[in-house]
Amino acid sequence: MNTFLSAKNLKFSYINNMEEPPVKTEVLHGISLDIKKGEFVAVLGHNGSGKSTLAKCFNAINTADEGEVFSCGYDASKEENLLPIRQRVGMVFQNPDNQIVATIVEEDVAFALENMGVEPEEIRRRVDEALKTVDMYEYREHAPHKLSGGQKQRVAIAGIIAMKPECVLLDEPTAMLDPKGRAEVMKTVKMLNEEMGVTIVLITHYMDEAAQAERIVVVDSGNIVMDDVPKKIFSQVEKMKSLGLDVPQVTELIWGLRQEGYDLPEDIITEDECFEALLGLLKPDVKE
Amino acid sequence: MLKDITIGQFFPGHSIIHRLDPRVKLILTIAFIVMLFMAGSFYGLAVGMAFVLLSFALSGIPFRMMLKSLRPIMPILIFTAVLNIFFIKTGDVWFHWRFITITQNGVVSAVFIIIRIVGLIVGSSLLTYTTSPIQLTDAIERLFAPIKPLRRPVHDLAMMMTIALRFIPTLIEETDKIMAAQKARGADMESGNLVKKARALVPIFVPLIVSSFKRAMELALAMECRCYHGGEGRTRMKQMKTSLRDYASLALTAVFIAGVVFADKLGPKVF
Repeated sequence: MNTFLSAKNLKFSYINNMEEPPVKTEVLHGISLDIKKGEFVAVLGHNGSGKSTLAKCFNAINTADEGEVFSCGYDASKEENLLPIRQRVGMVFQNPDNQIVATIVEEDVAFALENMGVEPEEIRRRVDEALKTVDMYEYREHAPHKLSGGQKQRVAIAGIIAMKPECVLLDEPTAMLDPKGRAEVMKTVKMLNEEMGVTIVLITHYMDEAAQAERIVVVDSGNIVMDDVPKKIFSQVEKMKSLGLDVPQVTELIWGLRQEGYDLPEDIITEDECFEALLGLLKPDVKE
Repeated sequence: MLKDITIGQFFPGHSIIHRLDPRVKLILTIAFIVMLFMAGSFYGLAVGMAFVLLSFALSGIPFRMMLKSLRPIMPILIFTAVLNIFFIKTGDVWFHWRFITITQNGVVSAVFIIIRIVGLIVGSSLLTYTTSPIQLTDAIERLFAPIKPLRRPVHDLAMMMTIALRFIPTLIEETDKIMAAQKARGADMESGNLVKKARALVPIFVPLIVSSFKRAMELALAMECRCYHGGEGRTRMKQMKTSLRDYASLALTAVFIAGVVFADKLGPKVF
């Protein structure tokens, strides 16, 4: 079976019990989505579009009101499947401070394994391995609050990959980081996907991060409105803007130039491609 | 000012003290406290203090940390000293003016008690300096394991302690940020009488509490994502093993306690 995460006609509502009578707000209006094993999918959408809610449904934190969700073959609506799903589908959140439980890096990475009841020697081995994978091994005895944001987030990722999950859901993992921290985290995420074959679902606001994915899913007010490879998504500049989203800076630049009548390809999403295209435009004779 | 709080701080290291079994360390700390209270003369006290200094030297913790741990208890020290000096009226009178009488016994007992309190604080902070909070709560969990059948939630309490200690630095940082933010909006926290100052703290504590709740929700979610489901079936990465050095340190402490008792017989009793 090739489909790894799947949702069929998924509906989900939050219930606000503070009001009388309780107010029900439907956040996901029947989403169907299949994610294959080993894929790197970016999920875009402006605030409140339901993208985090969707991710939490795959991790069995949210239970669907209607429709069905399967994570690596387990039915996410069944109580007894909670732990198997969470072992296989790890989740990293936005604020690294609020997901680190222990006061020492290595003890935090061990947390999930201790919960799973893994043997002590095996825990030690996997913790070291996970810390080396995210390149934080030499910080294993440090206190988390003394690390930088990017380092903390890598520790959080190590805590997840120590479980050896088949999929990692990242909910805006770089939103609170500086550019250096963002680059570190993205490098780790790409490495997980390419070298370890982990399925990645990356929720983000940064278009240059989304451009690195194999596939982009755009969510708008609880529905999937676009689902394609990055080049196809970002070439629809007007549609993205109408959804309140950006495109990578280089794509916008090329789009602007095309509006002015320059002859450029419309599917440029990386700086290198942009550089080549502009070079070709400025010095047609150099481009042999 | 908030940065001075050293409670629950841990300094990772590999000294012999760091490597002691945390359960043994906990027992030793309690034994050490008993030892200091047994000491009734300056000789006995000197033996007890020698024990503290020896442990501190072995732990490799910088000496200034010892002084730092004393800073918050300065008011208590001064208060106790003043009480002892002015209210003990036995012994040779050294100074007398109207109703103020300072006697030899008063001064001697003030010095004695200050040394004892300093020893207590320094010795017990050595425990948290050299033991990571998780190990410490683990040790508490194991030592109290015998009362688990009485349906006491030992694991849950230990987990709560760990999280509390983990969040001390985070919340201190946040308090600093909120204070700066409120000051930037013109909040005045320094002037006025006590009531006014206390009122000025409200705009700091309200956001702090609100954000703590948010943090707690997020942390709970992250813990659930990492398969946390209570203490049942949990294993630990760091196993606790008592080794030769644990027995050696127990023996050494016993020798020191005997030393205190013996030294007390030699010197004049203060208490």
